[in-house]
Amino acid sequence: MIRAENIRKSFGDQEVLKGVDFTFEAGKTNLIIGRSGAGKTVLLKILVGLFAPTSGKVWYNDRDFSALDKKQIRELRMEVGMLFQGNALFDSMTIEENIRFPMDMFTKMTLKEKKSRVNEVLERVSMEGINTKFPSEISGGMQKRVGIARSIVLNPKYLFCDEPNSGLDPKTSITIDELISDITDDNNITTIINTHDMNSVMEIGENICLLHQGKLAWKGDKDQVLQSDNEELHNFIFASPFLQKLVDRVGAKNI
Amino acid sequence: MNPLSLLFHFGKFMDWQRQIYRRPENLGMYYKELVRQMFDIGLGSLPIIFLISIFLGAVTVTQFYYQMDGQFIPTSFIGYIVRDMMIIELSPTFSCIILAGKVGSNMAAEIGGMRQKEHIDAMDIMGVNTSAYLVMPKVLAALVMIPLLVVVSAFVGIAGGYLASVPLGLFSHNDYITGLRLFFEPHNIFIMLVKAATFAIILTSVSCYQGYFVKGGSIELGEASTRAVVYSIILILVADYIIALILT
Repeated sequence: MIRAENIRKSFGDQEVLKGVDFTFEAGKTNLIIGRSGAGKTVLLKILVGLFAPTSGKVWYNDRDFSALDKKQIRELRMEVGMLFQGNALFDSMTIEENIRFPMDMFTKMTLKEKKSRVNEVLERVSMEGINTKFPSEISGGMQKRVGIARSIVLNPKYLFCDEPNSGLDPKTSITIDELISDITDDNNITTIINTHDMNSVMEIGENICLLHQGKLAWKGDKDQVLQSDNEELHNFIFASPFLQKLVDRVGAKNI
Repeated sequence: MNPLSLLFHFGKFMDWQRQIYRRPENLGMYYKELVRQMFDIGLGSLPIIFLISIFLGAVTVTQFYYQMDGQFIPTSFIGYIVRDMMIIELSPTFSCIILAGKVGSNMAAEIGGMRQKEHIDAMDIMGVNTSAYLVMPKVLAALVMIPLLVVVSAFVGIAGGYLASVPLGLFSHNDYITGLRLFFEPHNIFIMLVKAATFAIILTSVSCYQGYFVKGGSIELGEASTRAVVYSIILILVADYIIALILT
């Protein structure tokens, strides 16, 4: 479980997050949703420790992130995996070297054990046999899968995904969502996904946090989305003219 | 850059140094990176160092021959002048200015590109001390390879002086060799190596700093790369003067 406690963040005079409280539950796919500029990425980066909040606290179970020393932060990092929006795969390394990197750096596994683990996670993301390729030689969807493989190679307890569907076609997006959801269920990890993809919301949103102008505007799960009367949620979900026409015709609760 | 900003960056730079020189998480990974950097800095820079040094030596000989023409100074002194100019000043300073342009801009662009593509964030989240992993091997590699390049530059420069004079009949082989053997001071070699090591630390640290803290897009990355070269060259020249004051 990760808990954001009254998180505020300002960049100069601009306050991006205005006191966000939310609990991201263990063993669930937790979604941070909202329109562009709502503060989703900033919140995600604060949760993962890349930004320090102006005020407020982030709790990893009973550990206050801001109170941890460098050694404790390094230990906590071992429990965290992250999939970046641009994948952040190292261009000069092969796929195998990319996935092996955290093991090379932090474990005393033999090369044979590491190679075996690489093959295991590549199989988990259905990407067997691309070990010797470079990131530039595979498609965007494949890069996402490799990014996921690298983020789970050390069996993290917490998985962060920053816009995992960006730049992907709808079908590949669904596959990636299902993959993340399956990994969450299989390993009972706390997964936090930052997205504005409505398919993701409706398919894998087990615990959803809607941000609007830096504030928590709504929380619930995918089954409550269409039942809710929250105006911000409606504006976000039915932003598409097609969906709006559908709602006008049959009503949101009947979709 | 205003004085306040200069002071801010100096403080930030010094504070950052404490992050760089820490115990590596995994010596093997750092060693691999060190070898890669030594290869890049050393072998990668050898052709350009060779080329500029040969011309530095050649130009020095030609111009001194012109200036001393008709004066009552033995021509063998030209070999002596070329040797000491190459060792004390031209090889360390000129080579490192060229390396600031080649190696320094490359380091700033490489690390800055990693920052922009979130590679550094990815490593941070894995728990890697990115300041140490990305910078320390570069500084150490430069500390080993740049003095070696400077030694090569001194030899090549002296050889360049020979090639530009003796075959053209400006003076004899014996004059040049006699000049090279005149008044040799081993302390000058020490000055050359101190300069080379100091300049190596300056150009790598300044360039990595510019790349590591880059913000924005490709325009800012280009600006950071330019700053890396300009600041490195200015600091190399300042350090050159200070070393000259202290060691001569």
